[in-house]
Amino acid sequence: MMPTMFASSVQSPALLAAVTWAVPIAAINWHSVLFLLFAAMACACAVAVVLADNVVRMAFYLVLSLASTAGLFFLAGAEFVGAMQLMIYVGGTLVLLVFGVMLTAQAPFVAIKTSTGDRVLAGMVGAALLAVLLQAAFRVEPWRRPAVATVAAPAATPIGMALLGVRVDSPAAGTPTAAVRSGYLLPFEIVSIHLLVVLVGAAYLARAKRRRSARAIDVAASAVSTVFPASPAAGATTGDTTGRETARSSASALVSGGPR
Amino acid sequence: MADFLINTIGLPEWLAWTITASVAAALILNVIAGGALVFIWAERKIAARIQDRLGPTRTGGRFGWLQSLADGIKLLAKEDLMPEGADGMLFKLAPYVSFCASFCAFIALPFAFDFVGQRLNVGVFFVVAVLGLEVFGVILAGYASASKWSLFGAMREAAQVVSYEVPLGMCVVVPVMLAGSMDLVTIAEKQSGWLTSWYLFHDPFTFVIFWVYVTCAVASVNRAPFDLAEAESELVAGFHTEYSGLRWSFFFMAEYGSMFLVSALAALLFLGGWNGPIPVATLLGLSEGTGDTANYFVRLLGCGNLLLKATLGVLLMMWVRWTLPRLRIDQVMTTCLKYCTPIAAAMFAGAMLWQLAFPGGVIRGISRPAGEIREGWLEGPGGLPAGRGRVGGMPVAGVPTQAVSHQSGSQAVVKVVP
Repeated sequence: MMPTMFASSVQSPALLAAVTWAVPIAAINWHSVLFLLFAAMACACAVAVVLADNVVRMAFYLVLSLASTAGLFFLAGAEFVGAMQLMIYVGGTLVLLVFGVMLTAQAPFVAIKTSTGDRVLAGMVGAALLAVLLQAAFRVEPWRRPAVATVAAPAATPIGMALLGVRVDSPAAGTPTAAVRSGYLLPFEIVSIHLLVVLVGAAYLARAKRRRSARAIDVAASAVSTVFPASPAAGATTGDTTGRETARSSASALVSGGPR
Repeated sequence: MADFLINTIGLPEWLAWTITASVAAALILNVIAGGALVFIWAERKIAARIQDRLGPTRTGGRFGWLQSLADGIKLLAKEDLMPEGADGMLFKLAPYVSFCASFCAFIALPFAFDFVGQRLNVGVFFVVAVLGLEVFGVILAGYASASKWSLFGAMREAAQVVSYEVPLGMCVVVPVMLAGSMDLVTIAEKQSGWLTSWYLFHDPFTFVIFWVYVTCAVASVNRAPFDLAEAESELVAGFHTEYSGLRWSFFFMAEYGSMFLVSALAALLFLGGWNGPIPVATLLGLSEGTGDTANYFVRLLGCGNLLLKATLGVLLMMWVRWTLPRLRIDQVMTTCLKYCTPIAAAMFAGAMLWQLAFPGGVIRGISRPAGEIREGWLEGPGGLPAGRGRVGGMPVAGVPTQAVSHQSGSQAVVKVVP
């Protein structure tokens, strides 16, 4: 279905004359039109991210830009990559980003003013990157039009099999046999373990603080009485038992991160 | 359809594709908008009956069945208000973001074997991914409204939806594993036949995981008892407090669209899709290859079947909404993280082991012996010997032992011989 759509050949039957009065163009190559549309949207929104002042608006433009990139992936037949892009970047990262912004947003941080020096610096880096990329892009030989659409095979199954360690797609000629056999199992597992470690670490950092041992509370209590001699905990230094109790409770509140 | 336009009528290709795409888009739009009209009316009637009331009775004759149309006209005519401190652009765009996400997911949703906007190789994944984007519109609405109620609602929604995507994904993976494909058409086709070949009855684990899926689906579309984002008793109306008129109705079309979508997804993944409890078409002697008209009739029947199942799913959600009390936010999180996720993980492992031990499903004799993998990647010239239980999807024997590949032009065609 898709390949025939991409190949823009105009048959000109009698009916064509009747319909072209509405659209004065003889033929529209939908593939090119959609590519230009998505590409223009991705670029325009990327520029808008840089130029916008408001963090949430930036996030919104970034969503549009990334979604357009996903559209380009779909257009190229890389459905799995496109869906991944939507899932990870748009659905995951950006929702979390906006969520974080809303949780922490204070007036001075929501609107970001970029200083002129930063702008110049960023512009220089961006221009350098663009130059390199353009050079690489124009070096591609069949840059303008592929004569035959190259989208035919479903993309997900070979990717999945390769991640499990079996390459069912055709590897490039000259690839050593060992690489063909192994697929991407090892990198996949390494990344998985890495993510697991990150997850455990995040859970450890964000966990609810538990009540510490009595010894730790005593140490903290003396620290409190030293730091805040004017507080009710000051009684602790005189050996007054009630004062000691107060210091203990306030120290344990400090240790446990406040009353829960 | 495009082929018909090109070959029979003789339209040029670009025009044929334009027409085809427009027709598909219009049909999907009608499913969402028309569905929303019907579902809103149904919801009001069901809510009324559950609460021992009558609900709308006057508009449009006996059952008040034109009530939603009247509501729609009222919403069109209503003034479009915007709070003074609101972020104008985001406030205006937010409902469309929600609606677009809901609409886009329908593109990959098959209604019958050939009735699909764009058949994607990764259909399930695409639908779940795009459905997750709907939350973005809600967050934007909550932020842009410059209202505390809206912001609270949006933040609850974000936390809830992001959490529930995890168990939802795990539930969805199980049918994918059984079918050996992420293509929704393939998954549904694998369950053809009697209702014993539905993945719901494939093994005890899939039966349990279906109910986990139902819970997560209800939560991910923000329906009661998980409707914290718009908790009327606490947050006025949550994220859409400041919206009125047509923009407000876009949120509701998105919500009802998503409800229908997750129900249709449940039907496709667990309830056989367009393959009914009783294979009516097969009993009537109609099957693929009986002729074009017969084929079309079969598909129409299947389409009706799927719509019926999805509608039943939506009605189930309404029943749940008007029966159960709303959970607190900590209870919502507990349900997700302490119950749904571990249960889903355990059931996933269980289904995997079951697949290893009994590849044929629960009732091996009755279940359909072979549903070939339509993707072509693992399909050898002869396929696996017929009669071996393969309803359970990609068999263990399907791991390729040798790969024969040949280049044809620039694209690789690969046949794997099992």
